[in-house]
Amino acid sequence: MTTTTPTTSIPAVRELSQPAALTYPHLGVRRMVLVALVLGLLAAFALSLAVGSVNIPLHEIITILTGGEATRAAWSSIILNFRLPKALTALLAGAALSVSGVQMQTLFRNPLADPYVLGISSGASLGVALVILAAGTTGSVLLAGLGLLGDFGLAAAAAFGAAVVLALVLLVARRVQSVVTLLILGLMFGYVTGALVSLLMYFSIADHVQIYLSWTFGSFGGVTWNQMRVFAPAIIGGLVIALMLVKPLNALLLGETYARSLGVNVRQLRRWLILSTALLAGAVTAFCGPIGFLGIAVPHLCRGIFGTSDHRTLIPASILLGGMVALLADWVAQVPGSQIILPLNAITALLGAPVVIWIILRRRSLRASLNG
Amino acid sequence: MNHSSLIAHSPASDLATGNRQLETSLSTHHLTIGYRQGRRPPRVVAADITVALQPGELVCLIGPNGAGKSTLMRTLAGMQPPLSGSITLMGADLPTLTPRELAQHLSIVLTERVDVGILPAYALVALGRYPYTDWTGNLSPDDEAVIQWAIKAVGATDLAARSVDELSDGERQKIMIARALAQEPDVMLLDEPTAFLDLPRRAEMMQLLRHLARDTHRAVLLSTHDLDLALRSADQIWLLPKGGNLQAGAPEDLILSGAFEAAFRAEGVTFDAYTGAFRMNTPPAGVVSIIGDGLPAVWTTRALEREGFCAVPNNPTAAIRIEVLPNLWRITANGETQEYRSLYEVIAVLRS
Repeated sequence: MTTTTPTTSIPAVRELSQPAALTYPHLGVRRMVLVALVLGLLAAFALSLAVGSVNIPLHEIITILTGGEATRAAWSSIILNFRLPKALTALLAGAALSVSGVQMQTLFRNPLADPYVLGISSGASLGVALVILAAGTTGSVLLAGLGLLGDFGLAAAAAFGAAVVLALVLLVARRVQSVVTLLILGLMFGYVTGALVSLLMYFSIADHVQIYLSWTFGSFGGVTWNQMRVFAPAIIGGLVIALMLVKPLNALLLGETYARSLGVNVRQLRRWLILSTALLAGAVTAFCGPIGFLGIAVPHLCRGIFGTSDHRTLIPASILLGGMVALLADWVAQVPGSQIILPLNAITALLGAPVVIWIILRRRSLRASLNG
Repeated sequence: MNHSSLIAHSPASDLATGNRQLETSLSTHHLTIGYRQGRRPPRVVAADITVALQPGELVCLIGPNGAGKSTLMRTLAGMQPPLSGSITLMGADLPTLTPRELAQHLSIVLTERVDVGILPAYALVALGRYPYTDWTGNLSPDDEAVIQWAIKAVGATDLAARSVDELSDGERQKIMIARALAQEPDVMLLDEPTAFLDLPRRAEMMQLLRHLARDTHRAVLLSTHDLDLALRSADQIWLLPKGGNLQAGAPEDLILSGAFEAAFRAEGVTFDAYTGAFRMNTPPAGVVSIIGDGLPAVWTTRALEREGFCAVPNNPTAAIRIEVLPNLWRITANGETQEYRSLYEVIAVLRS
């Protein structure tokens, strides 16, 4: 219809809008903030490569990364086989969890939703636990012995578990309007899958239990280059889907009825969101363990920093900030300057819980924030 | 407020004066609405509805709660399939339109408050351009022009930069209407747009919608409980009583045909065709003669009617007579005369 609008009328509108131009906000991304985020992410990535229990000079790192020979062969191995895949994993996992958090918060119209809270990560855990038992493999760093097929199976099982729980939560969400009920149900799904995993572990040998427990602490350090061939495409695929959905996600901010009235195929949108979240949350849970709080905290930080819920800003910003926060959390978990490595989940909780409390307090009341 | 001067410059109104005016915007043909319930027979809410919406018309859908106003709105919006009959939107059969085409012809405003998080009002209105933009949702200069026109048309220019979550209910409603307008629809459906507003805001909102319908040659259908306002503003009333026998016509037609009175008698409300006012049904309490004139006499009559008395002017044979003086009411009953300083006291005495 716009294209058929007589061009003569448009200048009239423009003239009218000229004096009031200041009252119309600029809808584009705040570019300076975006540039700052990119620089921050690069800095965090560099930090993650440079800092570790072994001290490697910065110029040596650059030499190694550009394909040169390091003074000591061990340094090369540390950077290329440990620090680089670990940094990449943290970057991808942080981006994945944050973006799936944004998707869940918009889909459920709930500021406290994320894959972890809704029990989706637990579903992925169940898939992982089943694969470990079925394969009968333990292997240090969980799955080293399984090979590419095993990695793929693991990721598929986790994504499948995540999708099943998400579909269940959605099914209930369509019948139950109350958001509080939904959160409690997500929590219960989490307990049930947790209980099933416990039962599985009860019948497993002690080594398995030990490995499973250390897996639940969360770590970005367990992904080998071989596993990266499954991990990275899954995450990038999920992120690409998310980026394709920015427009309908914006319409969904108004609720499903308005979204439909704008021409959104809500059912199809929901399917794509399930697929994207299952890929993102499933892959991260499979290879890094169930990592909490990043999915809630980062999207809210992005909304605060950019002052908008517009997904065209929110999704790219969550990718950048999510990657950066994950890298920093990993850096903190290594306790710089020591040999200690803390559970990653403890660090993300310490960073994320205050953000969640801030979200709740900033709203006039919890009731308002949940019934909104 | 004068919206027409702004709307005259709108991109759409130029089109509107052309071919649009001749076509019926929305019409139904023997439409039956209701719900399918699996194997059991469908639950019919209203049957055999044949009505038409013309461009430039403001139509109010009124009726008691539970009569099916929302079901009708949802069916007309294409959100719910009809049980039988057909709906024609701008000459096309409704189910044949793609979601995008439908969104370009018809937009809605719902009663429920939306919580969109942190979003400037301008960005919310911009969502109305959804059916016109590419997959990224980027706005062309034309889109921006339509958004700004829509914001002006509802008189919300000063709200554009503010965040939606800090707007009042009335301001938010204006923005939601601007959003619906930015869709450049031929038909706008509004579900109780005045529900959360105070009385002056309601009148203003109705006035605004009337102007929008007239000046942009769009058809506006709104459901409302505001009978008085509907009677004063609507070009057409669709009256949907319980039982689903919808009647349509100019407000005055429905009053003269007695349809209005009949529809609301069952609800315990009496419609006075002479004053156009609604009254609660209360058992008659006697005849009171009112002596006096001017505003005090008018409101004395109203107060007495509320209590179920039949107030008649200057009737010496009535058992109770009230003389209305400046700030003084003199009541004569059973040969006794007493004076009161307020209507509150007068009513208290008469009640006992």
